[in-house]
Amino acid sequence: MSQRLVVIGAGMASGRVLEHLFEDAPGAFEVTLFNGEARGNYNRIMLSPVLSGEKSYAQIVTHDDAWYAAHNVDCRFGEPVVKIDRERRIVYSNAGGVPYDKLLIATGSAPFIIPVPGHKLPGVVTYRDLDDTNAMIAAARPGARAVVIGGGLLGLEAAAGLALRGMEVVVIHLMGHPMERQLDPAAGYLLQKALEAKGITIHCKGATKAILGTDRAEAVLLEDGTVYGADIVVMAVGIRPETRLANDAHLEVGRGIVVTDQMVTSDPDILAVGECVEHDKQLFGLVAPLYDQARVVAATLLANPAAFRPVQTATKLKVTGCDLFSAGDFADAPDREDIVFRDPARGVYKRLVLKDNRLIGAVLYGDTADGQWFFGLIKDATDITDMRETLIFGPAYQGGASVNPMAAVAALPPEAEICGCNGVCKGKIVTAISSGAVTLDAVRALTKASSSCGSCTGLVEQVMAVTLGDAFAKSAAQPMCKCCDHTHEDVRRLIRSKALKSIPAVMQELGWKTAGGCHSCRPALNYYLLADWPLEYRDDRQSRFVNERNHANIQKDGTYSVVPRMWGGLTTPNELRAIADAADKYNVPMVKVTGGQRIDLLGVRKEDLPAMWADLNEAGMVSGHAYSKGLRTVKTCVGTEFCRFGTQDSTGLGVKLEKHLWGSWTPHKVKMGVSGCPRNCAEATCKDVGVICVDSGYQISVAGAAGMEVKETEFLAATASEAECIAIITAFVQLYRESARYLDRPWKWVAKVGLDWVKTQVVDDLATRAALVERFEVSQSVYRKDPWAEHAKPSERPNWGMLADLTLEAAE
Amino acid sequence: MNWLDIGALADIPAQGARVVKTAHGCVAVFRTADDRVFAMDDRCPHKGGPLSEGIVHGTQVTCPLHNWVFDLTTGLAQGADAGGVATHPARVEGGRILLDAALLARRAAA
Repeated sequence: MSQRLVVIGAGMASGRVLEHLFEDAPGAFEVTLFNGEARGNYNRIMLSPVLSGEKSYAQIVTHDDAWYAAHNVDCRFGEPVVKIDRERRIVYSNAGGVPYDKLLIATGSAPFIIPVPGHKLPGVVTYRDLDDTNAMIAAARPGARAVVIGGGLLGLEAAAGLALRGMEVVVIHLMGHPMERQLDPAAGYLLQKALEAKGITIHCKGATKAILGTDRAEAVLLEDGTVYGADIVVMAVGIRPETRLANDAHLEVGRGIVVTDQMVTSDPDILAVGECVEHDKQLFGLVAPLYDQARVVAATLLANPAAFRPVQTATKLKVTGCDLFSAGDFADAPDREDIVFRDPARGVYKRLVLKDNRLIGAVLYGDTADGQWFFGLIKDATDITDMRETLIFGPAYQGGASVNPMAAVAALPPEAEICGCNGVCKGKIVTAISSGAVTLDAVRALTKASSSCGSCTGLVEQVMAVTLGDAFAKSAAQPMCKCCDHTHEDVRRLIRSKALKSIPAVMQELGWKTAGGCHSCRPALNYYLLADWPLEYRDDRQSRFVNERNHANIQKDGTYSVVPRMWGGLTTPNELRAIADAADKYNVPMVKVTGGQRIDLLGVRKEDLPAMWADLNEAGMVSGHAYSKGLRTVKTCVGTEFCRFGTQDSTGLGVKLEKHLWGSWTPHKVKMGVSGCPRNCAEATCKDVGVICVDSGYQISVAGAAGMEVKETEFLAATASEAECIAIITAFVQLYRESARYLDRPWKWVAKVGLDWVKTQVVDDLATRAALVERFEVSQSVYRKDPWAEHAKPSERPNWGMLADLTLEAAE
Repeated sequence: MNWLDIGALADIPAQGARVVKTAHGCVAVFRTADDRVFAMDDRCPHKGGPLSEGIVHGTQVTCPLHNWVFDLTTGLAQGADAGGVATHPARVEGGRILLDAALLARRAAA
């Protein structure tokens, strides 16, 4: 005989209770589910992406109609409960009463409204449920102004979402820095800077005095006299438990509905769960403890022993481009020690707070990959004495047996985020695995985890190993080469996170098994180091393949070919004369026009290279880098200069691009093309980056190939502005430089990370694009130089010849 | 053994090589990361690639043309490739590189 369970509130906590009940004891309860909102359980945490337009409501539904039907839940959505009759054990809505054996109150919380004058004006909204979100979306017109009151988690997510919808957003925050409950001032500063880069104004130490307006909200007045115009005002200052029903029913209520460890209220037949409860004088707002409560509620209903023990919670902000994580307690105190790591250039800040050799707090900004691991140390109160020195670098550096990464992964809760790019949590991956995805590719296909930037691939594999046990065959994670056990991706990540700045440092710290690496890993490491530390690392010529070491292409007979740069394929009579003279002077056996619109001098002896370069330099020419993993050519057509079909100055753009990008090292070679009209004479649509000029501007497409593979480019962006075109291409190249594996051409890299991700980074997210362009420019301050000029110096020339000629001595 | 001073150790970059022209062909003189020197014929037995232009790693060099790897101490090809290159005695003394004068003598004898 099943019992009658009535649930008030269809939120995430009660939804989780039902899942446990139906799983552990199907049919044990006949459930009636009331909800004030006219819908069932959805993932409230994901309202931010809905607000910003990155997700739709349908995508965040947790339980759909079919799920409720399958479990025989009597759904009373849009039907608020008005009264609980404890004596007769009946719950009333305006439609009538429903009797219960057990009652679960899950009324959640209500947004806190500051009662300033004007707070009831139309146009003042809160940010709590889908209706609020839709109200904001309805008000969000590009160019319209929004004021968000409250710079906490919710307020900032609302602000970012509205900004993404094109609104001008001001955040009013009472405290000195945003998210002061989760962040220390330094991280708060970085966050504020990042949000301001997104065009959001943050007004700290701002107290709202009144909301101005006659028929609807028009502006917000602060105590200091500042006035911000507003088409919409979002109150996001906090929440309070929704306890009215419980109060009316004379249950014991403090700040929330008081519950025992078993989640039972002062009435033994009534339980409560979620944000409406108060346990041990504590309230709960984050999802992790609510899910813990849900497990206990289900157990108690099924008469199984269980007790709720609140644990520390961690916070992650869901604003694209602002990566932050905080957990535990990080206030300053005399008995505490700090470990701080800062990398201002990358906007990375990490702070660990220690007390008695235990981690008690962590704030991570910019690089939060190790957040869950730190969180684990806090929760378990692990003694960190043995790993103190390398603690801040995360689990990858805790060598040997002291920390088992598999155990750490096994210990992660199901909601722990594994893939930051696609927001995939551990539970989703485990579900995919149990539904048959036993290879990394299958997990990728099902969940999208590790399918964007790929930096979480190792983690995903560990989840697979933990879930599948011996059945898991690690497939894709090929180590870089036989010299080490790490993948290219891991090595790149570790070079950054551990701040490794030389090849010996990498080999030492990452456990290279050979003394000096090999011809495969050395050039890769050299590239990764110079790409990540452009100002600090010095290029190691001896770790370069012969062509890049000698700045010319070696031929089968040991001679070299020399290709001077012709910007955008343009040359002059003077340059041609100098090339002809050089060909004569050095007895060049073959002169050939290349496919990249320049001239190749083939068959030059190594010892002649510096003198030939000096001659070509003299005529104003520089290296064409025809030998490098770097920018090769920008092929152009004549465009509007002469062509009767040309729509833009394609030649000019090609020259600009080439002058901007030349000299930069990239994971593999990069070839570009700019065509002045869709007739595409520059063959731009099979290049790594191609631009097709049209009447309205420039169409940029990327990831083409015309080698062993032939592949058309894919559309990246269109812009009317030449400057923006150059910026997008620069950001694309820098993103490729930062995240591709060595020797992957752009088309291969894009296939791995996904064009969508590339688009968000270099097209949609203006702050990220600007940062990429800036980092490219830092690198170019070192590398936008002619290597020929350097090696052609008289002092360098002896190095290009024989060390000794013993045949001469023998002849004497 | 008769030793011939062919230049300063500093003339060869660490993990690099320079070429000495001799009567019976070019000899590559390698300097390892730990400043030892090795001499071997500068010609890969596979397609004649200049080994002196290869990447030097540990006491091995990889031919720049097709990635054959040779041990500098024995001249033998490593891994699946079969073959080898002639090596010649070489050493460092007081910052100078000394080669076996036999490389010279052969010419004189010829």
